[in-house]
Amino acid sequence: MKFSKSMLSPVKAWKYLVKEPVTIPKKDIFDQPREAADRYRGFHINHHDQCVGCGSCSEICPTEAITMIPIEGREKALGRTDELPAFDYGRCSFCGLCVDICTSDSLKMTKEYIHISTDVNSMMFLPDELGIHHTYYENGYTRDESSELLNLKAYSMDEIPHEGRNESFMELIKGFSKEMAISEASRCVSCGVCTDTCPAHMHIPEYIQTVYDDDMNKGLSLLYETNPLPNVCGRICTHKCETACVIGNRGEAVSIRWLKRYIVDMADDQAYDKMIVQPLVKPSKQAVAIVGSGPAGLSAAYYLRTMGYEVTVYESRPQAGGVVRYGAPEYRLPDEKVSEDVSVIERTGVKIITNTTVGKDISLEVLHEKFDAVFVATGFWKPKYLDIPNTDHPDVCNSIDFLAQARDYTRKMGPMPEIHEKAIVIGGGDVSFDVARTLVRFQNEKFGKHHVAFIARKDEKNLAASLEEILEAREEGVIYNLNASPVQIDVDAENRICGVTVSKCETLEIEGRLRTISDPEQQCCIEGTQVYFAVGTDPDYDYLLEKLEGQLKIERNKLKIKENGQVEGIEWLFAGGDIVHGPDIISAIADGHEAARGIDAYLMKK
Amino acid sequence: MEVNKLKEVKLFLGPQHPGMHGNYSVHMYVDGDIIKKARPMPGMLHRGFEKLMERKLWMSNMAIIPRICVIEPDINEMVYAMGVEALAGVEVPEKATWIRMMILEMARVATHLFALGGIGGPTGLYTSMYWAVAERDLILDLFEKLTGARVYHIFIVPGGVRKDLPEGFKTQLGTYLESLEKKLPEYQELLLKHPIIHTRSKDNILLPAEVVHELGVTGIGMRSATGKAYDLRKVKPYAFYDQVEFEVPTATYSDALTRIHLKFQEIQQSIRILKQIIEKMPDEGPVKAPIGTGNALKLRVPAGMVYTAVESTRGEYGYFIVSNGKEKPYRIAVRGASYPQGLLGIERYLPGHRIDDAPLWMDTMGVCSPEIDR
Repeated sequence: MKFSKSMLSPVKAWKYLVKEPVTIPKKDIFDQPREAADRYRGFHINHHDQCVGCGSCSEICPTEAITMIPIEGREKALGRTDELPAFDYGRCSFCGLCVDICTSDSLKMTKEYIHISTDVNSMMFLPDELGIHHTYYENGYTRDESSELLNLKAYSMDEIPHEGRNESFMELIKGFSKEMAISEASRCVSCGVCTDTCPAHMHIPEYIQTVYDDDMNKGLSLLYETNPLPNVCGRICTHKCETACVIGNRGEAVSIRWLKRYIVDMADDQAYDKMIVQPLVKPSKQAVAIVGSGPAGLSAAYYLRTMGYEVTVYESRPQAGGVVRYGAPEYRLPDEKVSEDVSVIERTGVKIITNTTVGKDISLEVLHEKFDAVFVATGFWKPKYLDIPNTDHPDVCNSIDFLAQARDYTRKMGPMPEIHEKAIVIGGGDVSFDVARTLVRFQNEKFGKHHVAFIARKDEKNLAASLEEILEAREEGVIYNLNASPVQIDVDAENRICGVTVSKCETLEIEGRLRTISDPEQQCCIEGTQVYFAVGTDPDYDYLLEKLEGQLKIERNKLKIKENGQVEGIEWLFAGGDIVHGPDIISAIADGHEAARGIDAYLMKK
Repeated sequence: MEVNKLKEVKLFLGPQHPGMHGNYSVHMYVDGDIIKKARPMPGMLHRGFEKLMERKLWMSNMAIIPRICVIEPDINEMVYAMGVEALAGVEVPEKATWIRMMILEMARVATHLFALGGIGGPTGLYTSMYWAVAERDLILDLFEKLTGARVYHIFIVPGGVRKDLPEGFKTQLGTYLESLEKKLPEYQELLLKHPIIHTRSKDNILLPAEVVHELGVTGIGMRSATGKAYDLRKVKPYAFYDQVEFEVPTATYSDALTRIHLKFQEIQQSIRILKQIIEKMPDEGPVKAPIGTGNALKLRVPAGMVYTAVESTRGEYGYFIVSNGKEKPYRIAVRGASYPQGLLGIERYLPGHRIDDAPLWMDTMGVCSPEIDR
């Protein structure tokens, strides 16, 4: 290599003097900052309306830069907390994992990348939809299908085959296998929004974690901390938690109820024995009477017993359980599962006296004298009918008596209810579907064929029943007559029911409320010789009023109580369950627990 | 080597010295301008990554690992993802594998450019540094378009890559590669043929084959000294390196100049690979396979242990991952490619060189301080 040539080679670089420089002049950096790429991971924006405050971003954050902070004026609501994520940009590594895991699609990154301040404490931000500096910047990094960090698809639950399902009372839902349960549990982000929504505030993320850890015994003890009827709730709970579940914002909610059922099905007998805790404190001589052995009564009984009180439960029917024993159909909730829950409660030392109606066999007055406190949870057991002609016909039945008889029949404790070849069910809620589907099964058993006509005033979208009931009942052969308002029960010359006349109606939203407008011009008759009403139930307060007339406050059929379950104005009387909150099992269990605490506080002072 | 106590002067090179590579430090005992004794002082960049990773979720670790090698972060993501995939038994979609290879080769070009530019500092030929760094920035622009970040891409994740290519990316990359290819002769003139570089690097900073075997040097250091084409991409192909054609440049005499030459040739080979990737990569197809059954917070990697390694610009770069089947790794150990020469090598073989050759030693030996400290 010639020295002179090589020595001069850098001179060639001088040609770059006349070329456009690749660098950006310093003054432009602030005036016109270089625009970042479309996927740039810059400062965040967070749509506060959309954000549910689940905290998944904070959980995944590798640098712990995200803190969830409660916001004044932000109310907790169904499926959202009062918290929002705050970002410490002194820690943030701009990895974008928070964006990828955001359950509500509210968190995104922008192209903004400049923050200049002389104050080291100025790095903490609560980004909103305008970003951290409230200047508009285009979206940068956003989540897409491949960067998704959640599993939005629920693992489907196995059911017994469709074929022949409507001929037996075999339980429909098979339950999760171990592998499926663990997979389903791994979809939970443990945010706890469900816990807030659950009336009983069950430790949902915690027990889902026990499924994931395959530690059912720990799971069972977590369930019993807030719910002494886990077998029942694992099957027929109204699962408000799943409505709130944040995974449901963009996908399918975690199957919380089935995971609970998986725990109770899988926990071994010793685990159940551990739930039969001896009273936690020194046994007390004080005694509590509980009227009604439904979910509220049993729940109160279990927790009062664990607190050391003598508990006696009075039940008017032959078996304890109330609505879960005499209401829910066998194919949803097998009888032995109710017995399992009841037996745990009984084995703690709770005395259950059946076939004893308070107000008839024993008066409330006697209970008040014999016991230190009384908890009433007698539920809604008085059937309602529609105000149409011929409801007093002997072939008009109600859901309560029918379902109770049906349960007695399936557990071989009574005869099959009297049923006809063609039946009509009037209703719209879950119970009406229970009636219709039970009827289909009975008809198949007795006649080898079925004919159940279902009448409801609302359309499919607005029915009160859950979607799965509507779909399954259709599969089982229930004939739907929706948007039909019953006008009268038709009776023939020999005083036999021959059908129900309905008029066409429509559900409209008027002033924010759903109203049904019927058209009397358009009428038709729906054929059937037996009519079942499942249009709601009422409470029966006679046994209370007999002694406490004038002292009780009853509003819209519901008893007024204080927060701790104490009936207003009567300090020894506590109430809970349907008579306080309306029909819902999990609320009743919560009431029982709350009242147990209230009674404990009351008796401690006494 | 004997140090004359009366004449001995202790000099600090680093950690803030502009000629030093990264936040690394060497205490040099010099006699005149000859280094008599050298003590490497690591720890300036020690952030306890290996321990830290045991306390973070499998997915959260993605944001930590790239920092183990600052200038070539993607190899960390790749070995980690490969390890997790091996344990979890996940098959990476075809397109994702091509994108991963593309990222790795882009990073290789960028890192080699940076290293070549780095020679400018210690030799006084600053033009090369300006050019190379500006050139590297153009690759970073491409990275920004692809991944959303310029340096820490956090793009290769267990299961595949985070996103599909942005629109027109292949064309942009192709255009860039052409412009780089056009400029390479200029670099050749500026660097490889320049008398200053020759004077400083020819027959200087030798790395004999025995030292390679003694220390366990891999990568360019090994290939330049032994003549063996030991490159993991060839001898133990990962991704689709067995489906592309490229050569592994080797030499049998390893002085600083040879190693600079090899780096330069590797850039050319990487360009060759990248062109094939653009051609062979399918247009459609998934870029990420689902990993685990649920969300990233609950991701558990099946119990087991695995060692995965890739060829970095400095040699074999590997992770040894142990999982006990929980949400967090049980143990992760990193084999930094520059660990042998950067720690023991400095202590044993830096003495005998001139003071001003020390930064050149670090550069051409391929010392990356964060992967020594971890």
